Amino acid sequence: MRITGSEVFMKCLQAEGVHTVFGHPGGAILHGYDVLLDYPIKHILVRHEQVAVHAVEGYYKASGKTGTAIVTSGPGATNTVTGLTDALMDSMAIVVFTGQVPTAVMGCDAFQEADVVGTTRTCTKHNFLALKTEELPRIVKEAYYIARSGRPGPVLVDLPKDIIMGRAEFKGYPADVYIRGYNPSVNGHPGQIKKAAELIASARRPVIYGGGGIIHADASAELTELVNLTQIPTTLTLMGLGGLDTSHPLWLGMLGMHGTYAANMCMIHTDLMIAVGSRFDDRVTGKLSEFAKNCKIIHIDIDPTSIRKNVHVDVPIVGDVKRVLAQLNLELRKIARDWRQDLEEWYGQIAEWQRTHPLRYQQSPEGAIKPQFAIEQIFKVTEEHDPIFSTGVGQHQMWAAQYYRGHHPRRWITSGGLGTMGFGFPAALGAQAAFPDKLVIDIDGDGSFQMTMQDLITCAQYNLPVKVFIMNNRYLGMVRQWQELFYGRRYSQVDLEVHPDFVKLAEACGCVGLRAERPGDVKPIIEKAISTPGPVVVDVVCEREENCFPIVPAGAAIREIIDVGEPVPEKLFQGWR
Amino acid sequence: MTDPKHYRKHTLSVLVENHQGVLAKIASLIAAKGYNIDSLSVAETLDPSISRMTMSVRGDEWVLEQVVKQFHRLIDVIKVMDLTDEAHVGRELIFIRVNAEPANRAEILRIVEIFRGRVVDVTPTSYTLEITGEESKTQAVLELLQPFGIQEIVRSGKLAIARGSKTVPKREEGKLRLASRKQAVGE
Repeated sequence: MRITGSEVFMKCLQAEGVHTVFGHPGGAILHGYDVLLDYPIKHILVRHEQVAVHAVEGYYKASGKTGTAIVTSGPGATNTVTGLTDALMDSMAIVVFTGQVPTAVMGCDAFQEADVVGTTRTCTKHNFLALKTEELPRIVKEAYYIARSGRPGPVLVDLPKDIIMGRAEFKGYPADVYIRGYNPSVNGHPGQIKKAAELIASARRPVIYGGGGIIHADASAELTELVNLTQIPTTLTLMGLGGLDTSHPLWLGMLGMHGTYAANMCMIHTDLMIAVGSRFDDRVTGKLSEFAKNCKIIHIDIDPTSIRKNVHVDVPIVGDVKRVLAQLNLELRKIARDWRQDLEEWYGQIAEWQRTHPLRYQQSPEGAIKPQFAIEQIFKVTEEHDPIFSTGVGQHQMWAAQYYRGHHPRRWITSGGLGTMGFGFPAALGAQAAFPDKLVIDIDGDGSFQMTMQDLITCAQYNLPVKVFIMNNRYLGMVRQWQELFYGRRYSQVDLEVHPDFVKLAEACGCVGLRAERPGDVKPIIEKAISTPGPVVVDVVCEREENCFPIVPAGAAIREIIDVGEPVPEKLFQGWR
Repeated sequence: MTDPKHYRKHTLSVLVENHQGVLAKIASLIAAKGYNIDSLSVAETLDPSISRMTMSVRGDEWVLEQVVKQFHRLIDVIKVMDLTDEAHVGRELIFIRVNAEPANRAEILRIVEIFRGRVVDVTPTSYTLEITGEESKTQAVLELLQPFGIQEIVRSGKLAIARGSKTVPKREEGKLRLASRKQAVGE
């Protein structure tokens, strides 16, 4: 029987196991939305397409299941570009379907036409333009396969109106994929794994530096085993948080620009860096010419392009992090060594760094709320619920990462590579849609939140009980901090002088609004927020000019790290002086 | 990590899916990463579903490693071969329109003969020549013709084929069929 392209599309989504989609209809995709009514696929109507994409990113990161968004042509499609780029940078498996004007008028500047395949070429892992209705099953199958396999990433499928309205024989959803140019390596090379094991066995000051790849590959059990086996101190990137239980005795905290002092010092003084599913981002390496000068590097990653892109690697291992770690653990178990004793000196050194440079802040009982205090309280009070956290981008994000405590992977969702303000709230929405009964908390900034806050209404409409905590300092805090430290305190366009009343705003959108203004309010308000059913917005009125330390200034070497109370060297001044 | 002192010309032979948008993907990648591409030629192979792109890229070993890996990252790229250090035959076709005053005609024809070229068009004041050869040869012809006044040149960019009996598409086909059976992660 010949059925329409839209029906083929819906049948393919069903076969792919898609239960929930986020989206926004419009002219070119109308036929798809008409057919959607007849299929048991839950659709969450967002108020802006960017939100749909961040939501499916959150959905993916929390659940491990590929996220799906559907939007219309032209502006609908171009509004997804930020989300697609974010997903590409952070390796999020998502598939975005965009409507398109009919093929007959493509290229003629038709109403709501945009060259979407051209526009998204560099911000997707792959994209498709469907030109025949018969091809839809193959394209949908390949889209999902490409999105989630290898290094995950966003895939876009452009659906011209005549293709989804046209009819074709539906012969079922393909069982197999055959893409001759795409066969990601899975297992690590045994010879390389042996070499890696030998290096690890002879290292005296080793450090494990794990990244988002651990989460994407569901390899946190294997990582934990590696750490337990070898007793090597471990740090994780912003994207890798949750890969190792933060209560593990060998946990060093996050590394990088705002990482802990000890984690960063380990990266300088190590003799063997074991990079696992991480990509030597500039926020981690600092000045490249001074990075890892005196150590060997083992780099495990599924993406060959990540290897030797920024730094020289001694033992590269291309493969799925989960499998490679399992292979490596097998090899390491054969080695007889008293790991703890051999690393005793190294532990002593690390303990010294931790003692002299801990993460710290001072909360006076009568003063303004310190954002670090509020964030630490959120983690403490909610710990027993094992919540999923998302964040926006900026100071609050870095504090949340510094003070993060969690015991499982896929509980930490943040925008790392692209640093997309406005990411946190939609990502929380997506995570909540994936786990309706779980506690989902968005730790946000007032600047970030305002970029996507219109979708509070979506939360209310679908009763997605996300708890949003806004660290409100009425500044674009991170930019202000840089202006203070590196531009002689000349504040340019960072003062968010006029704010909406977030409590009233929440109420206007059908959510509950709360406010904490004094340190004593913080704990009870958090408790009240998580015990209140439905979506809640908490306005946490914070100290205005708190700075996030430590900081490795942009472009500086890691050893130039500045901790609380330390002066900023004159040479880092970037302004008019 | 890159070192311009060690830059040299590499010849890459890239097999890609022969469908719409693939050339654009390759071009965007080259532009986005800022690679130095001297020439690029594209045409169908024996298998009409596959195109071959032959390109000359300048860079050191590190740049080339990245170029090859980045091309591989594109789903539509089937195979990337760096022929530079492999035994291969490389040729370029060049059309040259050169001033041909009566006094110079004989000399120009002699040059064409020496380089085994051909005259493909004649006007009272010019010759259009066709020369095929390695880049050093085409370069030499251009230098010799320079004094007569070259009006225009059109070059194909380098084409290359590996020496020996192995044919890439056939060999790849077998390998690819095998590879497609491999299950990827998450399946």
